[in-house]
Amino acid sequence: MSEFLQQLLNGLSLGAIYALIALGYTMVYGVLRFINFAHSDVFMVGAFIGYYMGKLVPEGTLWGGLAVLGAAMIGCALLGMTIERLAYRPLRSAPTLNVLITAIGVSLLLEYTGQVFFGAAPRNFPAIFPVRNFSLGNVIISSNQVIVIVVSVVLMVVLQLIVYRTKIGTAMRAVSLNPKAAILMGVNNDVVISFTFGLGSALAAAGGILYALNYPSIDPLMGVMPGLKAFVAAILGGIGNIPGAALGGLILGTVETFVSGSQFSTYKDAIAFAILIIILLFRPAGLLGKFTVEKV
Amino acid sequence: MPPKPHLFLLGALLVAFGVQHYSDSFNPYYLDVLTGIGINIILAVSLNLVNGYTGQFSLGHAGFMSVGAYLSAAVTMYCAPRWFGEDGGTALQEGGLFLMALIAGGLSAAFAGLLVGVPSLRLKGDYLALVTLGFGEIIRVTFQNVESLGGALGLNGIPPYTTIFWVLAFVAVTIFVVTCIVKSTYGRGFLATRDDEIASEAVGLNTTRYKIVAFVIGAFFAGIAGGLYGHFKLTITPTGFDFTKSIEIVVMVILGGMGNTLGVILAAILLTLLPEVLRPIAEYRMVLYSFLLIVLMLARPQGLFNFKLGKIKA
Repeated sequence: MSEFLQQLLNGLSLGAIYALIALGYTMVYGVLRFINFAHSDVFMVGAFIGYYMGKLVPEGTLWGGLAVLGAAMIGCALLGMTIERLAYRPLRSAPTLNVLITAIGVSLLLEYTGQVFFGAAPRNFPAIFPVRNFSLGNVIISSNQVIVIVVSVVLMVVLQLIVYRTKIGTAMRAVSLNPKAAILMGVNNDVVISFTFGLGSALAAAGGILYALNYPSIDPLMGVMPGLKAFVAAILGGIGNIPGAALGGLILGTVETFVSGSQFSTYKDAIAFAILIIILLFRPAGLLGKFTVEKV
Repeated sequence: MPPKPHLFLLGALLVAFGVQHYSDSFNPYYLDVLTGIGINIILAVSLNLVNGYTGQFSLGHAGFMSVGAYLSAAVTMYCAPRWFGEDGGTALQEGGLFLMALIAGGLSAAFAGLLVGVPSLRLKGDYLALVTLGFGEIIRVTFQNVESLGGALGLNGIPPYTTIFWVLAFVAVTIFVVTCIVKSTYGRGFLATRDDEIASEAVGLNTTRYKIVAFVIGAFFAGIAGGLYGHFKLTITPTGFDFTKSIEIVVMVILGGMGNTLGVILAAILLTLLPEVLRPIAEYRMVLYSFLLIVLMLARPQGLFNFKLGKIKA
């Protein structure tokens, strides 16, 4: 029983990270209807900004950790907005496939540039937050897991407030519902899309740092698998749906942790895709998504 | 495409034979590059049938390639020592075995294509791309876990059966088959499915069937290419067929201009040569490669070698 709780806790903290990344995918998909393959590499850049900033602040302090987190989020928000401006905006009216390939190009560019600048060898991520272990009966809770869950919940609440309580959030929802009508209502779509990329990339950076705290080995290709799985999480919850992305992330993280704790652990990378295939075949709109009928 | 495809096939096979005959006098490095180009052309042209002509965006081509590579390697590694003994068979015997292994690899990849295609081709666009990507990754993880096929270490010691003749011959066969299918009366169904699925269904075409046929044929040739690749590199690992490989093939198809066989062939040649040409600048070459990819996409969204302007549909 205690082992079950332990695994559940590990799964939830992994799931919270997936959820943070999935939110970026789902928001971008909401406004632009395409898979931003470069998102997983923004996540990687976030971890690397954290790595270099972590050397500037004293290790193991709460304010230092939060400063690193904030710096990475701002840095990645700028990166995301730059990518959107330079690579995606010129293709706004092109077929989705072209944008998809451009996104793949940006993703490869970030990965290979990362390999040139940071080197391909994995590095140890510094312990920027204070580390302590609490034990609750037989269940051991590490402070990093607490930080992951607290930070994720705070960010998700903030995101929910931005999307539903602010003017720019209303504009985001308007663009995702109907871009043309949004323009007619006086929404500046370019600003909204740029803001969405900034927001999503900031969340990816937070995810990157939290991931690096729990799995403290970072390299330029670290984003590929978590990125793909987070996208699966976004689809699982219903793409374009913010609570859905959070739910999908939590489910996926938990399932994956349980699989890697069982005798099928070598299949843990396949389980996410098996879930993806099952969900797309039986409920293509995702758990919380609305099913729409194609009209002629 | 030349007006008489059969003559083209015959001519290409003769050329392949000729190149093989004089292969000793070529620089081996150029032969290796040519082999790589040939394998990529087979992959790109076969994927073009799915992505370009039928309009189904598949990101799982490397998965089918790996099925073909593993199965054909297993066939030759199992049969060659038992049939030919220590000192190997004659060229004809080995060629026959290799052809058999390649076809077995192609058929198993086609079967995998059928298994993947039947459930997933109900989906469209991005979703189909993701499901095929998912299946590709599942195939890879499965191979990683099959101990008799080397597990994560992969298969080593595959006999070096791939010669320039086999590569060029299969390039010719792939181009021949894909072109003939698309130009035939039956093949119009692929184009109709791509251009307007709902209208095609309304006039009574079974679009699902067309999609699956395209998928299975595409997978068959991907399997052949995998077999050629395995017997060329002599060692295969599951990670060599991950989704980066699939994306590489998709990029060739898109750069060549979807549904334009000649353009796709040129793109396959260009994209295989590009990393080779950039080799002197070593670590920056992949940076430059990805950068060029973005620039090409921004500058020529209709494909690098697609000169029919205004035919791209959103």
